[in-house]
Amino acid sequence: MRALFADKMRVLFVVLGSLLILFIAWPLLRTITASSPTLLWQTLLEEEVRGSIGLTFYASLIATIIAFTCGVPLAYLLARVDFPGKWLVEGIIDVPIVVPHSAVGIALLMTFGRRTLLGQAFGLFGLRFVSAAPGIVIAMLFVSLSFLVNAAREGFEAVDPRLERVARTLGASPWRAFWSVSFPLAWRSILSGLILMWARGLSEFGAVVILAYHPMVAPVLLYERFESFGLRYSRPVATLMILICLVTFVALRVTTAGRKEDKA
Amino acid sequence: MKSSGSVQVRDLWVDLGEFHLRQINLDVAAGEYFVVLGPTGAGKTVLLEAVAGLHQPCKGRIMLDGRDVTNVPPERRSIGFVYQDYVLFPHLGVAENIAFGLKLTKMDRATIEERVSGISQLLTIDHLLHRRPGTLSGGEQQRVALARALVVEPRLLLLDEPLSALDPEMREGLQRELERLHRELGTTTIHVTHDFEEAVALGDRIAVVNGGRVVQVGSPEEIFRRPGSEFVARFVGVRNIFRGEIRPGDNGYKVLFLDGMEIAVVTGLTGQAHGSIRPEEIVISREPLRSSARNSFRGRIVNIADRGMLIYVTVHVPPDFTCMITRRSLEEMELREGLEVYIVFKASAVHVF
Repeated sequence: MRALFADKMRVLFVVLGSLLILFIAWPLLRTITASSPTLLWQTLLEEEVRGSIGLTFYASLIATIIAFTCGVPLAYLLARVDFPGKWLVEGIIDVPIVVPHSAVGIALLMTFGRRTLLGQAFGLFGLRFVSAAPGIVIAMLFVSLSFLVNAAREGFEAVDPRLERVARTLGASPWRAFWSVSFPLAWRSILSGLILMWARGLSEFGAVVILAYHPMVAPVLLYERFESFGLRYSRPVATLMILICLVTFVALRVTTAGRKEDKA
Repeated sequence: MKSSGSVQVRDLWVDLGEFHLRQINLDVAAGEYFVVLGPTGAGKTVLLEAVAGLHQPCKGRIMLDGRDVTNVPPERRSIGFVYQDYVLFPHLGVAENIAFGLKLTKMDRATIEERVSGISQLLTIDHLLHRRPGTLSGGEQQRVALARALVVEPRLLLLDEPLSALDPEMREGLQRELERLHRELGTTTIHVTHDFEEAVALGDRIAVVNGGRVVQVGSPEEIFRRPGSEFVARFVGVRNIFRGEIRPGDNGYKVLFLDGMEIAVVTGLTGQAHGSIRPEEIVISREPLRSSARNSFRGRIVNIADRGMLIYVTVHVPPDFTCMITRRSLEEMELREGLEVYIVFKASAVHVF
């Protein structure tokens, strides 16, 4: 603690840094404390609110599962193999972080819309993206998969490749060495990535609102209530969303803290 | 115990960008303890990993017991591998680490436990079985790594600088352990090191590698008595190495017996061992010296090699001792070949290994 105020420069840095922390914490606290618990409870009992929160959780979970299935193998390759064009693949993975999410919505609409090739192909299987839950899922997937892939890649990079080699000499197939050595050792990173991705998916608005205004996910519901009825009416929904996301985020911090203990 | 295998490496080329192997040829007999000696970056680890099947060679063949295994994946070669820094599975306990290879077979639980406990006793780590790898000392971790590799009874054991990460005392203990294990199990072993004394102490034969090539293969004596190239001579260095028997002496000293000579030494070891004395530790005098040094022998100068500032003087006692002196000493003492002199060195100057 004393090291924080060791000299004048550090005191200044502490003041400047605190401004930023306050900037995040103050509005959040303000929102949380503005609504009474009774009001929150009543809001939670509303069919529409519960339905949309449930849909948000569910859609983000499906997106996370899809990203896990394809993203973990991709992350492993990126961590282990050098191949031509790797920089391009890594760049593509990071693109969703830098493009505006409303633009992502437009791009997905142009690719998975009703009249598009993919839209019609999936339509044969009864899968519709525009104004439907699958549209919410792909919007969330697009904007949040980078978090999982990057976390998983870092996790695999931290696993000494020689551990796999030893496993191989002991009789393990590549498949077996992956499941019994690399995957368990990278698991905490992957788990952090999963939680982060899921939380990021929950809060997505821009891409989702363009692809699927209905059925309404929680951020869209919040927006709609604000537009139609004003601040007072939308506040409890905002509070609920913030509380739920904070809980998931605390869970994330707990798992990463556990990871540090493991290393010590 | 499964019979141990012979290894032939034929014209092996491996290219990993940073490290490469060029036209490696090696023959290791079944049951042999073979040491690959070379400086850091010579490609020693790559060679071991190639033999284990962890790198695909661009050219050449690797044969195990006469069977070509060049395209056989590592998990079907039956080769144990131990890295310098142990590389234990950090998410598994010691017992699970050792049992890892056995659990991949169809062996039943009871047999696995029996084998794990057997190898642990052999390596005196049975009291550590419930611990986590991270809580063990370097020496203990290396024993666990050895147990993990040996419990599956490999045909060949590859050791990549297994002693280098240990502190000197541990190193000596584990070196003895490796000797004993090899004696008791007879597993063909290829041991990679940059330490010449380690190579001499353990190796039946030594291959010296440099720049991805094998530059000399021979018995330890051949390597240091008749280095085949300037590189080997430099790498091995000029040194006095003798093999003899250590017996208890008086006043807390021990005595290294060789060819009728008795050299006072300080060591915890007994039995057959090597003693090495650095040329700069030996003092040459024209008269018998009264000094604190325990070892004083009379001999005849048979060779004086001029290396610029420093002069190497070989004194035939027998055996031959090479001593290093300055040009000034040479001139002041008027040393010349054929002259009778005394060589003197402290018991503590003799490194026993």
